[in-house]
Amino acid sequence: MTNLEKFREDTKKWLDKNCPPSMRNGADPKIPVDEVWGGRNATYKNPESKIWLERMGEKGWTMPTVSKEYGGGGLSKDEVKILNEELFFIGAKSPLLSFGIWMLAPVLLEYGTEEQKKLHIPKIIKGEIRWCQGYSEPGSGSDLASLSTKAEDIGESYLVNGQKVWTSYADKADWIFALVRTGPKEPKHDGISFLLIDMATKGVTTKPITLISGKSPFCETFFDSVEVPKENLIGELNAGWTIAKKLLQHERAFISNFGLAAGMGSKRDVVSIAKKHLGEENGKIKNNFYRSEISSHKIKEHAFGLTLKRAGDEGGKASATASMFKLYGTEHNKKRHELMVAASGINGVAWDGDEFEDDDKNLTRAWLRTKGNSLEGGTSEVQLNVISKRVLGLPSQ
Amino acid sequence: MKLILTEEEQFLKDTAKSFAEERSPITHFRSLRDMSDPMLWDKNIWNEMSKLGWPGIMIPEEFGGSNFGLSGICVVLQECAKTLTPSPLFASGVLGAYAINNYGTKEQKEKYLPLIANGELTTSVAVDESSHHNPYNTVLIAKKSSDEYILSGKKNFVIDGTSSDLLIVLARTSGEKGDSTGLTLFLVDPTNEGIDRIKLEMADSRNYANIIFDNVKISSKNILGDIEAGGEAIDDVLDIGRIAMSAEMLGNSEAAFETTLDYLKQRKQFGVLIGSFQALQHRAAEMFCEIELTKSSVIAAMRAADERSNDVQRLSSLAKTVAGETLHLVSNEAIQMHGGIGVTDEYDIGFFLKRARVAEQIFGSAKFHTERYANLSGF
Repeated sequence: MTNLEKFREDTKKWLDKNCPPSMRNGADPKIPVDEVWGGRNATYKNPESKIWLERMGEKGWTMPTVSKEYGGGGLSKDEVKILNEELFFIGAKSPLLSFGIWMLAPVLLEYGTEEQKKLHIPKIIKGEIRWCQGYSEPGSGSDLASLSTKAEDIGESYLVNGQKVWTSYADKADWIFALVRTGPKEPKHDGISFLLIDMATKGVTTKPITLISGKSPFCETFFDSVEVPKENLIGELNAGWTIAKKLLQHERAFISNFGLAAGMGSKRDVVSIAKKHLGEENGKIKNNFYRSEISSHKIKEHAFGLTLKRAGDEGGKASATASMFKLYGTEHNKKRHELMVAASGINGVAWDGDEFEDDDKNLTRAWLRTKGNSLEGGTSEVQLNVISKRVLGLPSQ
Repeated sequence: MKLILTEEEQFLKDTAKSFAEERSPITHFRSLRDMSDPMLWDKNIWNEMSKLGWPGIMIPEEFGGSNFGLSGICVVLQECAKTLTPSPLFASGVLGAYAINNYGTKEQKEKYLPLIANGELTTSVAVDESSHHNPYNTVLIAKKSSDEYILSGKKNFVIDGTSSDLLIVLARTSGEKGDSTGLTLFLVDPTNEGIDRIKLEMADSRNYANIIFDNVKISSKNILGDIEAGGEAIDDVLDIGRIAMSAEMLGNSEAAFETTLDYLKQRKQFGVLIGSFQALQHRAAEMFCEIELTKSSVIAAMRAADERSNDVQRLSSLAKTVAGETLHLVSNEAIQMHGGIGVTDEYDIGFFLKRARVAEQIFGSAKFHTERYANLSGF
C-alpha cells in the first residue's frame, strides 16, 4: 500500500469513528442544524455539532494544509484532496465557518511573527476564538484607505479611538482584526496599520445593523479609548495597507464562490423553482420568456464555473483574476436570485406568516441579502476599477 | 479534462500567430476585398498553410494528416481570425476532414482525406435552405432511382461554396420538413450536371454560395455514412464546426478588443487620454471578463470533443452562445470607442463588426443555441 492509500484507509477509519451520525448523510432531519462559528460564547442546538468541531479541530483538519506546529493538519495537497473526497463521500457537514480561517490565518502565516502565529492560529483552527473584520468606516467605504479610526502610540500600547461599520457578527466575535491610522501625517495609504484587538477590552462596544432582509449579520463597532498592547500589531507599523489588500483577495476569492449555483434539483435552483411556479410541459419550463432568460443565465453561470476551473488549472494567478471572480460571482448570484424571485411570482416576495411556505419566505430574504454581495469586499465598481487599471493598464486621470 | 493548452498546442498557436501577422495581416484581407477577388481567399497563402500541415490537423497520420484533433486546429483558427485571414481551413480542414474521417467508408477516406490533408482538395458542407440555421428543415430531396439518387432543391449560404471541390450535401430521403429523421448525407462533385453555384455577396466579404441542384444524379456509392442517418451525423459534424467557429470568434474578439484598448491609450480629448475616463474603463473591463469566459468555454468545448465526452453537444451550444454574445458586444463597443474613425471604411475595425454578424449566424445564432442548451439541460 502506498502512503496515500494508507492515508485514505486511516482517514476513512477515523471519520467512521469520529464523525457523529447527525453530521453526515442520513442524519435525522428532526435534529436541529447549527451554523457553527465557534468562539468563546458559542451555543449549540445539537451537542454533536460541538463534538464534531472539537474532533476536527484537534486533528487540525479545519485548516488541513497548515503545519502542525500551528495546530494545522500538516497534510500535503494530495492528502487534502483525499480528505475532502472522504468528507464529501460521507456527506460530512463543515465543522466550522470562520473568518479566521478564510481571511486572517492566511495573512498571519505570511506576515505574522512566530509568536503571533503560535498564539492565534491554533485557536482559529480549533474554533476557540471567533474573529471579525474591522475595515469599513462610516466615511470610508469604497475609499477604504481614507479610514480615520486612529491608534496613538502611548508607550506600551496603542490608544484606539473611532468607529467601524459593516463588521460581520461583531456582536458575537471575540477578537477583531482592524485597520487603524497610525501615521496621520503620511500619505493616506502609508499611514495605516493592521491591528488585532480583543473585543473584551474596555471601551469596545457593538450595535447590530438591521438589513433590508430583516436580518442583522453586520454591526457598527465603536472604539472609545481602547488600549491595545503593541505586540498585537501585525507586520510593520504603517505597512497595513499591503496586508489589507492581500486579505481582500482572500475575501474576494471566497465571496466569488457564491456565483456557483446550488445544484439542479435543490430548493434554490432556478429551474426547479420555475417548473414549480410556471408549470412544466414535456420536461420544459412552460413559459418561453422565462425559459429563455433562465437558459441565458445558466449558460453564463456554466461559463463562469469553467473559468474558475481554468484559473485553477493555470495555477491561480490570483491577483489579476480575483477581482473578475468577485465581480462575476456576485453579479451572477444577484441575477440568479432575481430570476428565482420573478419565477416565483407573488410567492417570491413573501415576507412572513402561515400563508406562505418557508422556502418562499427564505427565498425573499436570501434575495434581499444578495444585494450586499456586490457591495461587501469592494463594490462591483471598485472591481471594475481594479481590472481597468491593474489588468488592462488603462491610465488614471 | 484540463482547461489549459498543452505545450504542443501552445507551439502551434505561436506558429499560427507569426504566420498570420507576417503572411496574412489585415491589409491582405483588405486587398482581396478591394480587388473583388472571386474566391476571396488567396491560393498562395492556402498553399503555405498546407505546407505547414494545417488542413491535415484533424486527419489521421495514415491518410497524411497529423491527427492533432479539434484542439489543434482551433488554436490555429483563433490566431488566423485575429488578422481576419480568409482560407478554406474551416470548411475543409474542420468540416470536410471530420465528416469524411468519421462517417466515410474506407474507399471514401482513401480517396479524399490525403487530398484534403495536403490542401489540394477543399470541401463545403451544404446544410441550410433558409435565412435561419435549421438542418432538420431540409427539403432538398434525394429520390432513389435504381442504384443512384436524384437530388433536387436548393442550399443557401454554403461556406466556400463557389470554390470548393467537393460538396457534402444534406438531403431528405424520407419524411418531412422539420423531421430529424429521414436525412442522408451525399458527397457531391460540384461539376456534376445540374448544379448551379451562385456567388453570394455578404457583409464580411467572404466566400459563400447558394447552390441549386436540378435533377443531379449521384451514385449510391457517394452516400456519406448510413442512409437515413444523416440527421445524427450532421449534428455531430455541426457541433465540431460550431466549436471551431467559436474559436475563430474568440480570436476576432481578442483582436478587436486589443485594437480598441490600444486606441484608448493613444487618443486624447479634453487634453487627456480617453482611456482615463471611467465611463470607458468599466466597459473595457466588462469586455475583458466576457472574453475570459469565452476562452474557458471554447477550451472546455474543444477538449470535450477531442475526448469524446457525452457533454459535447451542450458545450458546443455553450461555446457558440458565449462566443457569439461576446463578439457581438466587443464588435459594437469597438466601433463606439473608436469614435468617428470607427465607422470609416479606411479603418480596419469595421471589418470585425461585419465579420462578427456573419459568424454569429453560422450554424446557429446565440438564440438558437440558448434554446438548444435548455433542451439539452432538461428544462
